Amino acid sequence: MSAALATATPSPARRIIGGLVRTRELGIILALAALVGYTAAGNPRFLSGQSIRDILLNTAILAVMAAGQAVVVITRNIDLSVGSVLGLSAFAVATMMSANPGLPMIVAILAGLAIGGVAGLINGVLVRFGRVPALVVTLGTLYIFRGITYSWAGGQQVNADELPRHFLTFANDSFLGLLPWLVLIALIVVGGVSLVMRNYRVGRELYAMGSSPEAAELAGIRVARNLLGVFILSGALAGLAGVLFAARFGTVDAAAGTGLELNVVAAVVVGGVAVFGGSGTVWGAGLGALLLTVIGSALAVLDINQFWQQAIVGALIILAICADRLVAVRIARALRKRDSHV
Amino acid sequence: MTSPSPALEVREVTKSFGAVAAVQGVSFSLYGGEAHALVGENGAGKSTIVKMLAGVYRPDTGALAVGGAPADFGGPADAKSAGIAVIYQEPTLFPDLSVAENISMGNQPLTRLRQIDRRAMHANATRLFARLGVHIDPDRPARGLSIADQQLVEIAKALSSDARILIMDEPTAALSAVEVERLFSVTRALRDEGAAIMFISHRFEEITALCERVTIMRDGRHVCTELVADLSVDDMIRRMVGRDLSALFPKQDAVVGETVLEVEGLGREGVFRDISFTVRAGEIVALAGLVGAGRSEVMQAVFGVDRYDTGSVRFLGKPLRAGSPRAAMAAGMALVPEDRRQQGLIMDLSVERNVTLPRSRALARLGLLLGGSERREARSWTRQLQTKLGRLSDPVGTLSGGNQQKVVLAKWLATDPKLLIVDEPTRGIDVGTKAEVHRLMSSLAARGLAVVMVSSELPEVLGMADRIFVLREGHIVAELTRAEATEESVMYAAMGQQVAA
Repeated sequence: MSAALATATPSPARRIIGGLVRTRELGIILALAALVGYTAAGNPRFLSGQSIRDILLNTAILAVMAAGQAVVVITRNIDLSVGSVLGLSAFAVATMMSANPGLPMIVAILAGLAIGGVAGLINGVLVRFGRVPALVVTLGTLYIFRGITYSWAGGQQVNADELPRHFLTFANDSFLGLLPWLVLIALIVVGGVSLVMRNYRVGRELYAMGSSPEAAELAGIRVARNLLGVFILSGALAGLAGVLFAARFGTVDAAAGTGLELNVVAAVVVGGVAVFGGSGTVWGAGLGALLLTVIGSALAVLDINQFWQQAIVGALIILAICADRLVAVRIARALRKRDSHV
Repeated sequence: MTSPSPALEVREVTKSFGAVAAVQGVSFSLYGGEAHALVGENGAGKSTIVKMLAGVYRPDTGALAVGGAPADFGGPADAKSAGIAVIYQEPTLFPDLSVAENISMGNQPLTRLRQIDRRAMHANATRLFARLGVHIDPDRPARGLSIADQQLVEIAKALSSDARILIMDEPTAALSAVEVERLFSVTRALRDEGAAIMFISHRFEEITALCERVTIMRDGRHVCTELVADLSVDDMIRRMVGRDLSALFPKQDAVVGETVLEVEGLGREGVFRDISFTVRAGEIVALAGLVGAGRSEVMQAVFGVDRYDTGSVRFLGKPLRAGSPRAAMAAGMALVPEDRRQQGLIMDLSVERNVTLPRSRALARLGLLLGGSERREARSWTRQLQTKLGRLSDPVGTLSGGNQQKVVLAKWLATDPKLLIVDEPTRGIDVGTKAEVHRLMSSLAARGLAVVMVSSELPEVLGMADRIFVLREGHIVAELTRAEATEESVMYAAMGQQVAA
């Protein structure tokens, strides 16, 4: 090998840009630290055990859904139906548990995963074989799944007193007294999906599909199979989130999780997953979920108007997307400069 | 060294897209231990053949056989598992993934836990780059690589799959001479190990340097398959382009008038440089060259669709504002774009609406477009151009390609331009309508219109143009008068060969 024939020595500018992309998660961590520090300085109770516990419990459900959504967005798709899937799963599982109080928790979880998985399969089939953009398909199924839940519930709701005790205490119980089950499940989901996306062939294929769909087809990647898998995963995790939702809040009606899909997408985008697919990490999306939850809690603690919470989330999303665009534009410019051989 | 049974056999394959037959009854065989060149003009069907071998297209009729066994590829994965690796003309990298990942995609080395072994993957990329004698950081993302480096990554990708059949569609287009030589020595080594190579290139010196056998295609048909040693470069060119010029080009003599367009030193970073030419009234000037030479880009910059970095455009003696198609139109320029379906017409709109679109302002009364004036205008123009159509209110998408092109022409001629720029005016049009479009352009020039034609079809260029500028890789490499231009001289210039003595 002759180093003298160097054809591509990365310029410092591109190194910096590359670094910027890689440290996106670092940015979120810094933002989190700053926010927590500022809030705790104003109100030390923000760092009390109970407060932290609440934040983590609130994050858990969002993070589980964000993990699935992140995978979907990495493949250059989107799943807007997750809020409705959560509602369907929560209502179905709550109904099941109230009718059969003897069922163990694991059955409830499996039922939630199965309901969500079927819903996700429907999305995947429509996207892949119907050749309809995911945005349209899942916008449609958002209403369809919600409609099914409403007509099933018929105005009824499942109350906490109808549910078995072990189901309700699951949310607050801790595994070996260390971590609440909810948080543990979220950590396992985010960690597991992150690992698959980072270290396994199928994960890298999903990044490839989002990075260049045409090239993925040409590279012989089994795009159809992978895409179905992705939507099933997102649906199943939304279904799981439904079970956690029912366990945590106890009272479930047909409107459970309405509008939640936008929080999930926000967490994913703020967490550094590029909306055009191909880049970002699942654990980044998990951090995004944490950041959004902390913002909500911090504003409440600091006694700031709820309106600002929404505005700040909006600003964060725009900031995240601007960062993506900025990086893309700068890389494109660097590329053009380099290629000016004529 | 030729083994008796072919590694890959292509038997009488045909592929059509709509009414256009891209490949018609082509047969040839690739043998292990042999490099086989596939040559032909733009649009001869080479890339379609490549895509069939890659499993992207299925042949309509005919068959492929790999190692003697019939092969029916349902997708690229099938072709890959049959041992076929393809280097596409357009790089097909994943911009967000690292170079090493791009190379290993699909057959990444795994650890015992079936995780990706990043260290082995990195080492693999380093080894392949060493073999190619290039220095690319395997850990950097593919985004931002120069075209040449992307091409090298593609080559490394193909090498990493240990394919028995290697298809290379213009792999050298963006490479420097040193890199080409490296690629060739690697390719020769693979060939000597028994791989079958198919090599597509527009550079004849590469074909004679690398290949033993050559298949020549023209207009989707198989012309011949011969040993390279038996053919001279002139023979190959003649067989590539050698169609009779029987399709008559009814070129009328026109009085050449004043200069209409002056382009001076036009340049755009990375696309074209130092483009200077003039066009006078009554003259047809052709920009010839291979696809990707920058012809359309030059004219789009002149018209203001694209920006340019250096140089100037003067129109009718006055400087023309850059980057403003509106200003160009107001000054009297018209551009008939290459892709009429996407850029030239609004397919769902009626014929009359399409024709009058650029003039809707002039035709409107008090800002309202009333049917009458539109219809009159449209009727007069479609009649002049002998457009075959049912009713003026039919969507333009229902017309044939040739008649659609006439509607585009009508649309721009209705603006009464001084300069007409036509980009590939007869692409995808049948022979009869082609001649009509040519007759029309010729008569327009005779009436004093200045015409700039971008065309990849040599007979059209030779038959229609008064002067020909040949572009190669963003430069004007030759200016030929009608008398000087022959198929060979234009082709030689376009491919970067010396004009044959």
